[in-house]
Amino acid sequence: MLFFSYFKDLVGQEVTVELKNDLAIRGTLHSVDQYLNIKLENTRVVDQDKFPHMLSVRNCFIRGSVVRYVQLPPDGVDVDLLHDAARREARGA
Amino acid sequence: MSWAAPDDIFFSTSLAAYLDKKLLVLLRDGRKLMGLLRSFDQFANAVIEEAYERVIVGDLYCDIPLGLYIIRGENVVLIGELDVEKEELPAQMVQVSEAEIKKAQKAEKEEMLLKGLMRKRMEFLDLDKLAILFEDREVAELYKVIMCVCVCV
Repeated sequence: MLFFSYFKDLVGQEVTVELKNDLAIRGTLHSVDQYLNIKLENTRVVDQDKFPHMLSVRNCFIRGSVVRYVQLPPDGVDVDLLHDAARREARGA
Repeated sequence: MSWAAPDDIFFSTSLAAYLDKKLLVLLRDGRKLMGLLRSFDQFANAVIEEAYERVIVGDLYCDIPLGLYIIRGENVVLIGELDVEKEELPAQMVQVSEAEIKKAQKAEKEEMLLKGLMRKRMEFLDLDKLAILFEDREVAELYKVIMCVCVCV
């Protein structure tokens, strides 16, 4: 639940999602759900030449299970807030 | 699972916004399917109508018609909405027949196998151990280069 809430606060930010198949997609975070499925808008692929089929894709739905990393802008993260939230979750669990 | 209200589909992560749209579905095995989304569920299982597989090998591509498909959600990597106003593929790509693309796929697979084999052969030549043997790293590097050339020839 912690990361679901965290991503909900990140909606509207530019992120780069790196998938387990090494595809990296940059886009605006449109929405996220409890499985951490991600919907991105205004997408462009990082290494476009390697993935020609993705040329005309502008919005996409990414299944949570295939995400390896979500790269965020360094100032997009309030690390202390996350830290406190994690501690609270750990205490509660 | 409750039905989404007409406005909810634009803000949630449900695939309802993609219904009846032409989509690109990437599968875990690397296949690229395209077609119209007719149905979905909470596991991202999907029903795709007028589906076809787009096979791409280098600058060649081929669309192989598949018909009506049900995709099990666990195999789905990504579902992308295709922008109808944009070109789906770079201009230099050439469409070929199914037989041609299958030939190209086979050739690419064989090339990959060969590359993998050669890499394995070269890996056993451990540079550090050779440097100790020759007591000179430059000689060891030269030795490795000569051995690689001999292996490839």
